[in-house]
Amino acid sequence: MTVKDWFEQRKEMQIARRNQDAQIDDSIGKLWVKCYNCNAQLLRKEVEENLDVCPKCGYHFRINARTRINQLFDEGSFEELFGNITTADPLEFSDTEAYKKRITQAKAKTNMNEAVISGVGKIDGYEVAAAVMDFEFMGGSMGSVVGEKVTLAMEEALKRKIPMIAVTASGGARMQESILSLMQMAKTSCAVARLNEAGLLYITVLTEPTFGGVTASFATLGDIIIAEQDARIGFAGRRVIEQTIRQSLPADFQTANYLMKYGQIDMISSRAELKSTLAKLISLHTK
Amino acid sequence: MAILEFEKPLYEIEEKIQELKKISESSGMDVSDQIETFEKQALEYKKELYSKLTPAQRLQIARHADRPTFLDYIKLMTTDFIELHGDREGTDDRAIIGGIAKIDGQSVVIIGTQKGKTTKENLIYNFGMPQPQGYRKALRLFYHANKFNLPIVTLIDTPGAYPGMKAEETAQGTAIAVNLREMAKLNVPIVAIITGEGCSGGALGLAVADRVLMLEHSYYTVISPEGCASILWRDASKADVAAEALKITSEDLLKLEIIDGIVKEPLGGAHNDYEAMGKELKNAIIKEIKELKGLEPKTLRDERYNKFRRMGVFCQ
Repeated sequence: MTVKDWFEQRKEMQIARRNQDAQIDDSIGKLWVKCYNCNAQLLRKEVEENLDVCPKCGYHFRINARTRINQLFDEGSFEELFGNITTADPLEFSDTEAYKKRITQAKAKTNMNEAVISGVGKIDGYEVAAAVMDFEFMGGSMGSVVGEKVTLAMEEALKRKIPMIAVTASGGARMQESILSLMQMAKTSCAVARLNEAGLLYITVLTEPTFGGVTASFATLGDIIIAEQDARIGFAGRRVIEQTIRQSLPADFQTANYLMKYGQIDMISSRAELKSTLAKLISLHTK
Repeated sequence: MAILEFEKPLYEIEEKIQELKKISESSGMDVSDQIETFEKQALEYKKELYSKLTPAQRLQIARHADRPTFLDYIKLMTTDFIELHGDREGTDDRAIIGGIAKIDGQSVVIIGTQKGKTTKENLIYNFGMPQPQGYRKALRLFYHANKFNLPIVTLIDTPGAYPGMKAEETAQGTAIAVNLREMAKLNVPIVAIITGEGCSGGALGLAVADRVLMLEHSYYTVISPEGCASILWRDASKADVAAEALKITSEDLLKLEIIDGIVKEPLGGAHNDYEAMGKELKNAIIKEIKELKGLEPKTLRDERYNKFRRMGVFCQ
């Protein structure tokens, strides 16, 4: 074999491998998924059976609200409430696209009608009220509907005298509803005040990612604050901070571990342990 | 005084009038009739100009370098002000200043964000962008007011809570959230006024109040028009369009029932007449406190809750 032949052969092998890779990529979304963290090609079914956690490295993938509800609540116990509340467009907002169109697209993409599901359900037999956010619906942003449904879930907890659980996943306030979104921070926080006054347990579970107006309102007001493993949590976004202070930030900035180090959360839980942790906490607060 | 771009024609007219006056004085010619006509026309033009400002132009008035600051209003509206420093946990954030003072004989706890007028001052006050410790200082003073049954007045003029590394490490989000929740529990009247910029959670952290007022040219929004433009339009130069779309003016927010009233500013903005502005705002505060003072603590809390509970627009 001449040197030239060797190069030719190597090139052919590379092309063949690339084609093979392309085939795997084609089937992503069907059979295979790639772990963002360790880059392993994983069987989707295997990942799903592992609570959407990478079986190789333990990285926690983002999950939507319905998956979360299925993982957290006793089978068949969750009853969705206030699902009839849907988005209006009070400011007739339009940026590069109309808000109405963005909502229609988000609905089609997620099969949800807003970025939160509220309801009541059981966790190891304990009845709780809950609001579970969905990042896939417009980045989990909080507008009037999210604020209203979170508040209604808290008021349901007050009515039934049961604990309240909020699972957050949000980029922050929804800009398309401007000041009305800002006021949802006040509304939900005032509702937490009522939970406090009634002596009801309120636990928040902060999941990847929880930022902005949600962090600066009901997410960080839990009597107990749990961060899910691999979640990033903060008030201002990393890029905004870097632009402001003109220096780069540590790699682990705003991770669950970082928040733990700075005393902002009570604990970090893996997804596998989340349900039992919640059940144990509720039982410890039950007389 | 800094002249804004859209005000330039107005200043040209006024300069001409001054010139005319000088000429008339030096030459002894009586042109007082013409001067009077010009002055009338200038005033008409001024009224017309300021009544038709776009949100982006009003934003410039709200951010005017000479706009009265919290400490100016303290001088203009109160007597016997005693500043109370510090969060009792190691920091005295200068972007939020608070203390006790008298307004028209009524003792109040008064707290506000402070901006500077010069670079040096702005470095001290961090451009009016509070750290978490500022919100915690405010909270401590809220509790003080609650304990001694003093009404609370907050004056808000901030481009937002500070987005910094230490701010995140010491829980900026939590500090704001706790204020929102705790303000809901207070037994004393709370009056909040947006005096300039009312930007995002950083403003709201002092504004869960029984009455929320805005100065005529101030703005109140979930995100700065520049920030919104760079995220939604991916183009920061679209800030003027975003300012329009976000509905940030006092009239818009009154219409949306987010605020309870507008405090008129002197023609051209608060910076044109400190005395008049101070008097107008003082009267507005006195009126609101008088109305709220007679209410039982539970009524106050319930009405405050219901006020924010109603906010939001959706389909059902």
